[in-house]
Amino acid sequence: MNFDFSDDQKQLRDQARKFLTEKCSPKAVRVVLDGKTPYDKELWKGLAEMGFLGVAIPEDFGGAGAGHLELCVIAEEMGRANAPVPFSSTVYLAAEALLIAGRDAQKKKWLPAIASGEAIGTLALFEGKGNPSPKNVKLAAAGGVLNGVKKPVADGAIADFAVVAARTGSVGRDSDISLFLVDLKASGVEVKNLANLDPTRGQAEITFNNCKAEPLGAAGEGWSILTQVLDRAAVLSAFEQVGGADRALEMGRDYALDRIAFGRQIGSFQAVKHMLADMYVSATLARSNSYYGAWALSTNASELPEAAAAARISATQAFQHCAKNNIQVHGGMGFTWEFDCHMYYRRANAMALGLGSLSYWEDQLIDRMRKKNAA
Amino acid sequence: MNFDDTPQEAEFRSQARAWIAANAPKQYEDELRKSSLGRTQLKNANILEVAKAWQKKKAEAGWACLHWPRDYGGRGSSPIERVIWQQEEGPFGKLSGMFIIGHGMCGPTMMAFAREEHKRNYLPPLASGEKVWCQLFSEPAGGSDVAGLRTRAEKDGDEWVINGQKIWTSGAHYSDYGILLTRTDPNVAKHKGLTMFFLDMKSPGVEVRPIKQANGASDFNEVYFTNVRIPDHQRLGEVNDGWNVSLTTLMNERMSIGAGVSTGFPELFDYCASLMLDDGPAIEDRAVRSKLANWAVKASGLRYTSMRAISALSKGERPGPENSIGKLVAGAMIQDVATYALDLQGAAGVVSGPEDADVAGRFQAMLLRAPGTRVEGGTDEIMRNIIAERVLGLPGDIRVDKDVPFNKIPTKGGN
Ligand SMILES: Cc1cc2nc3c(=O)[nH]c(=O)nc-3n(C[C@H](O)[C@H](O)[C@H](O)COP(=O)(O)OP(=O)(O)OC[C@H]3O[C@@H](n4cnc5c(N)ncnc54)[C@H](O)[C@@H]3O)c2cc1C
Repeated sequence: MNFDFSDDQKQLRDQARKFLTEKCSPKAVRVVLDGKTPYDKELWKGLAEMGFLGVAIPEDFGGAGAGHLELCVIAEEMGRANAPVPFSSTVYLAAEALLIAGRDAQKKKWLPAIASGEAIGTLALFEGKGNPSPKNVKLAAAGGVLNGVKKPVADGAIADFAVVAARTGSVGRDSDISLFLVDLKASGVEVKNLANLDPTRGQAEITFNNCKAEPLGAAGEGWSILTQVLDRAAVLSAFEQVGGADRALEMGRDYALDRIAFGRQIGSFQAVKHMLADMYVSATLARSNSYYGAWALSTNASELPEAAAAARISATQAFQHCAKNNIQVHGGMGFTWEFDCHMYYRRANAMALGLGSLSYWEDQLIDRMRKKNAA
Repeated sequence: MNFDDTPQEAEFRSQARAWIAANAPKQYEDELRKSSLGRTQLKNANILEVAKAWQKKKAEAGWACLHWPRDYGGRGSSPIERVIWQQEEGPFGKLSGMFIIGHGMCGPTMMAFAREEHKRNYLPPLASGEKVWCQLFSEPAGGSDVAGLRTRAEKDGDEWVINGQKIWTSGAHYSDYGILLTRTDPNVAKHKGLTMFFLDMKSPGVEVRPIKQANGASDFNEVYFTNVRIPDHQRLGEVNDGWNVSLTTLMNERMSIGAGVSTGFPELFDYCASLMLDDGPAIEDRAVRSKLANWAVKASGLRYTSMRAISALSKGERPGPENSIGKLVAGAMIQDVATYALDLQGAAGVVSGPEDADVAGRFQAMLLRAPGTRVEGGTDEIMRNIIAERVLGLPGDIRVDKDVPFNKIPTKGGN
C-alpha cells in the first residue's frame, strides 16, 4: 500500500502551480468575472501548450497519455487558481464521455482537438430543476435529430460541441436514454447565455430545433454511460474543490495573521483560530476521500462508484465550508467585490450544483453502500 | 497511489491471518464484535484475564507491539504491517483496549528516555501484557493545562520523594507501573520545573481510588502519593525537562488514540439498514439518508487520513500535530451518531441496558461514554488549538502565566 501521489506526480503539481500562479492571477480571473470576455483564452492556450488539457487523453488521440492521477493533480491546481476556463466541462465531462463511449472516428475527431485547446466541449444533461435522472430527460431524439431545450449547460455558450442526453424511449427508464454528439455550430442550435452564480464559468440555455446529431455509444446505453461519466467527473471536480478549499483556508489564515483588532492579530482570538482549525479539518477529510476516489478512478476499481460519491460529498462540503468562513474571517473586507473571497464563494456554490446537488449524491452514496453491503 | 498489498505485505497478511485463525479466543468473538464504546465486557469471563492471555499468546509468537524493536518485545514491523495486523485481528483487537496507554504512550516514552537496561527489563513484559502501565499526568489543578500540576518530587540522596495527587488515571487500579509527571522546581515558570519518572504502582505510599464515571463504569481513578520513593535512575529525561518528555508522550497519544477511536458509523449504518420506521425502512427515508451520507464521508475521510499518515510514516516521516484531527472528528461524531440513533427509536430510546434496549443498548452505551471521548487525551478545544497553532501557524493563546514563577500563579478564579 502507498496512499500518496508519486514524486513525479508531485513534480507535475509544482509545475502546474507555478504556471497558474503566473498565468492565472486573481487579476486575470477578474477580467472574466467582470464580463470582459467569456473565458481566459490565453490561459486556455497556455494550458494546452503545457499538455494539461490532454494529460489523461491517450497518445493515440493527441494527448499525453499520462493518466487520471495526473489529471487529479492538475485539477487541484485549477481549483486553487479558480481558473476561468471551461476545464471541467471539456476535460472531465466531454472528453471522458468520448473516452468511455466514443467510436474511433469520434475520438479522432474531438480528442486531439481538446488536447490542443482547439475544441471546447460540454455535457448537456439538465433540463431545468431537478437532479440527474432519466425521468428528467425530456429532450427527444428521433430520426437522427434532436428537439428540446437543455439548461443549464456549463460553458454552453463557448462550447464547440456537446454530449447531449436524449430520450429515445417513452417511459423514462434508464434504457430510454441515449447520448448524442452535437456540433454546436450546426444549424438548429440556438444558444442563450444565462446569468449565473459564478460568472468565471458560464452557463447557457441551448435549444435544439431539428438539430442533426450522431449517436455516442449504443442506443439505450446512455444512462449507464452518463453514470460513469458523472462518477469520473465527481472525482476530478472533487480535486478542484479541494484545491479551492485549501486556497480559501490559506487566504483566511493569512488574513488572520495580518489583521489587527483590539491590539492583537485576529488569528490569536480563539474563535477565529477554531474556525480556521475546522476549515482545516473539513479540507483534510475531503482531500483524503478524494485520494481514495483518485485511486479508484485510476485503477477502474469496483469501489469507484462509492468512492466517487464520497469524494463528491466531502469535497463539496469542504469547499463551501472553507469559502464561506474565509469571508467571515475577512469581516467586511470579505464582503467587498474588491477582495477575492467571493470568487471562491461563488465557485464553491456553483460547483456544488454542477453535477447534481448534494442530496443527489447523498442518495447515490447510500444506495451504493447498501449494494456493497448486500454483496 | 495504490491500495494493494505488495508481495511481502500479502505474505505477512496470510501469515497473520493463519495465526489468528488458529489461536484467537474464538469463543468471545461475537461478544467482542457487538460490544460498543465503553462497553467491552464479557458475560462469563474476566476481561482483564482474557485480554492478558491473548496478549501473552501474541507476544510468544512474535505478534505483540509489532512496530517495537525485537529487543523490547516487538517485531520490528513496518507501519503498514501494523495496519494489516489490525485489519486481520478484527474484533479481537478490542481486547487490547486495556493496554493502549502502556503500548501507545508509556512504551514510546520509555523507549525515547529510559536507560537501556530499563528498556530491556520493562518493555518486553509491557509488550506481552504481563505488566500493565498507566499515565499519571492529569491533576485537579492541571488537565488541559498539564503544566499546572502540583505533585511535588524532592530529591533525597539517590531517591526522589513524591507527594501529591493525580486524577482521571485510566487503569491505575490494575496497573503495575506508571509514568509520572511531577514538579521539581516551583520557583521557575510552570513549564520549566517539571520532571518525569516511571514508578512501581505497588510502591509504599501509592493509593488508588476508583472514580465512578458519568456512564456508571469505573475505568479511571484518583491516585494519591504520600512520601513515595522513586530511585533517581527511574527518571526519564533530565531534571526539570519533564515538559519536553511529556510532549513525546502526548504526540504518541494523539497518534495512537486518533487512529483507533470509533465513530459509531458502521453500527449506525447497519442499524438503519434493518430498522423499520412508521413509513418504512429507515434507510429509505430521505432525511435518514442525508444524515448517513454526511457521517459516511466523515468516517471514510478519517480512515483515509490515517492511511495517508501511515504512508508518510513508512517513508520515514514523523507523526505530526495533524494527527489531532482523528479524535476531534470521531469524538464529536460518535456523540452525534448515538444521539441520532436514539432519536430514531422514539420514546423507546430512553431505555438502556443490554437486555431491554434495541440492538443490545449499544447506542445508549455509546451516548453515555461519548462525552469522555471528547475530553480524554486533550479536549476538542485543545485539539483545535493544536491544529490552529502548530499546523496552521496561528499565534499561541495569550498565556498570562507564562513567565510567572509557578508558586506565584493564582489558583482560583475571582468572586
Ligand atoms: C475517560 C478519561 C480518561 C482519562 N485518562 C487519563 C489518564 O489515563 N491519564 C491522565 O493523565 N489523564 C487522563 N484523563 C484526563 C484528561 O487528559 C483531562 O481530563 C483533559 O486533558 C482535560 O482536563 P480537565 O479535565 O482538567 O479539564 P479542564 O482543563 O479544566 O477543561 C475544562 C474546559 O475548559 C476548556 N479549556 C481548558 N483550557 C482551554 C484552552 N486553553 N482553550 C480553550 N478551552 C480550554 C476545556 O476544553 C474544557 O471544555 C482522562 C480523562 C477522561 C475523561
